[in-house]
Amino acid sequence: MAEVKCITADPKGVLTGVHYMDGNHAACEGALAAGCRFAAGYPITPSTEVVERFSARIPLVGGVFIQMEDEIASSICLQGAVWAGLKAMTVTSGPGMSLMLEHVGLAACLETPCVFVNVQRGGPSTGLPTLPGQADMQQCRWGSHGDYEVIALSPSTVQECFDFIIDAFNLAEIYRVPVFFMMDECVGHMTEKVVIPEADKIKVVERRYTSKPPEEYLPYKPDPDLVPEMVKAGDGYRIHVTGLTHDEKGYPVINAQAQHEMVWRLVDKIEKNAPKIWRYEEEDIEGADVVVLSYGISARVALKAIEMAKERGLKVGRMRLIVVWPFPEPRVKEIASKVKAIVVPELNIRGQIAREVERIVEGTCRVMRVPHAGGTVHDPERILDAIMEAVK
Amino acid sequence: MSVVVDSIKENPVEEFLRTDRLPHVWCTGCGIGTTVNCFARAVKECGIPLDELAIVSGIGCTGRVAGYLKLDSFHTTHGRPIAFATGLHLANPKLKVVVYSGDGDLVGIGGNHFIHAARRNLDITVILLNNFTYAMTGGQVTPTAPLDSIETTTPYGVFEENFNLPHLAASCGAVYVARWTAYHVMQVKKAMVEALNKKGFSFIEILSPCPTIYLRRNRLGSAIDELKYYKEHSVIQHGADTREVGITVRRPEKIIVGKFVDIEKPDYLTAMNKHLSEVLGDKYVRWGE
Ligand SMILES: Cc1ncc(C[n+]2csc(CCOP(=O)(O)OP(=O)(O)O)c2C)c(N)n1
Ligand code: SF4
Ligand SMILES: [Mg+2]
Repeated sequence: MAEVKCITADPKGVLTGVHYMDGNHAACEGALAAGCRFAAGYPITPSTEVVERFSARIPLVGGVFIQMEDEIASSICLQGAVWAGLKAMTVTSGPGMSLMLEHVGLAACLETPCVFVNVQRGGPSTGLPTLPGQADMQQCRWGSHGDYEVIALSPSTVQECFDFIIDAFNLAEIYRVPVFFMMDECVGHMTEKVVIPEADKIKVVERRYTSKPPEEYLPYKPDPDLVPEMVKAGDGYRIHVTGLTHDEKGYPVINAQAQHEMVWRLVDKIEKNAPKIWRYEEEDIEGADVVVLSYGISARVALKAIEMAKERGLKVGRMRLIVVWPFPEPRVKEIASKVKAIVVPELNIRGQIAREVERIVEGTCRVMRVPHAGGTVHDPERILDAIMEAVK
Repeated sequence: MSVVVDSIKENPVEEFLRTDRLPHVWCTGCGIGTTVNCFARAVKECGIPLDELAIVSGIGCTGRVAGYLKLDSFHTTHGRPIAFATGLHLANPKLKVVVYSGDGDLVGIGGNHFIHAARRNLDITVILLNNFTYAMTGGQVTPTAPLDSIETTTPYGVFEENFNLPHLAASCGAVYVARWTAYHVMQVKKAMVEALNKKGFSFIEILSPCPTIYLRRNRLGSAIDELKYYKEHSVIQHGADTREVGITVRRPEKIIVGKFVDIEKPDYLTAMNKHLSEVLGDKYVRWGE
């Protein structure tokens, strides 16, 4: 397996110090610290502050921001930048994310390492431009046509907007996939303390460029970890890259065999590496009767409900997903075998994550959905109700 | 009786082609291959090192061009090659980025990107092959189809007005605008050399026969008939007023071809570096120089 080359963050991009800023600004600073030097975007509430800050910061750091004519353009423009050698992101919310989906598939197919930031608002359609939702969690996983896998992370605090977007960029480079940074309006607009470390304390993963000479290099021949090494335009490799089903050379091959090989690898490179990607936080799982499983802002609201439940003498643990996709299936299964119920509060009403939990636990324990249509966060009492109901 | 061939001449443009991908997908008589030949010769002549040239196509018969050229080549999504090229160019301005695609791709689904790239005067070259149809999907109406054209989705003839592409490009800000046909191979090559060496948004429209679909469905004869028509009815008018060069009906009496626009204007990155240097002074980290 190719070694992951780590360097320290580019000092110019790192705003070392203690700050008071909102999640959108922190995400921008995290992206810069991760080495992102290109962003393409189109204004949309509640995400715009990320690129507004980027457009102010990038001329001082070296790089480009371009406001494109729409989100379709943004979501492919950034991939051009990646193939020219930069780290790049785009930032949007609901309606813009819907427009970007064709190019999520393109990124999956070309294996373009890149980051899509979605500061979620209420939907469908124009929905609630200024208010939170968590109803794009399945869209980010399945939204583009065809079979592929992505990675998605979800921050709960402003500090995590900084910290985890760096991880998002690193994961994009390690696995050559589009990585979703699934924020929400609350996290994006909340202002908190953020500690930005010194550049040399920040772990940044560099692109896995090949060391092979052009005559030996096959652009889509994977390493043993199923991820192929990359080159960039202008390096003299004269590669061909296509969104058609392709072979290891990168040439189009339109038949079932080539499709089988390519698509299975695109899925397997995430599924088989999932144990290295899963990331979650747990507390008081041992001996718990009920576990509250959540993510993003809802995981934070759930803390209050858990506290209230504990005051009532209930044994409640919690699991917070940091990486949402790939989903930590074995661990959730294991927890299900030990508890009466898993309670899943989230800002959507169709159980976008709860369904996944239900599928995994296969009836081993109860799964209690705590749906909310978005527009604000849960009342902790409603989460408490579910916990109480679960232990009845 | 067997024929003995003692010397097979090497194709003069072979070094620019991915010969391991031949035969190509294009029909006999199709104009696309002719223009690719012109492009390969232009690449040879333009003086740009091959490793500094990248080509981006969208989807369609013309969209397959990127796949046959031995350059860094990107076959992207339908309508979006200009947006991809924007990122490629801005991230590494040392690359000369060429977009090569069809009429439906670039000014149908991709029209928004076309007008904005021209407006920004991005330093890229756009080569648009106009066969008046969505050929790859079987011949549906495009925004360039002249009145009365029969297309599969306009079986009773086109009644919408079409685009006058040189005028569209020029009015959006392109600094180089030319139109030729697949008959004018020397002029096409020369225009490509000029466009490749032009700083800013350069645009070439090439009218090209699609014998399999557009010509057949419109009973316009063979590819040869179409080339003859181009030969006999093209009028070279360099510097023509682009308002006057539209192709509004099938087989008009005269098709105006030539180099319509060739002006100087700072391209996007030059303007960006100049402006940000003025505003930010030493704090600005100049890009791409
Ligand atoms: C988003 C999307 N919509 C539709 C298509 C189907 N499609 C493929 S090629 C094409 C038409 C291409 O026409 P044009 O750009 O004129 O190229 P030509 O084939 O005529 O050279 C269409 C509509 C697609 N691939 N993607
Ligand atoms: S269908 Fe028309 S445009 Fe496509 S390859 Fe055949 S002749 Fe050329
Ligand atoms: Mg066409």
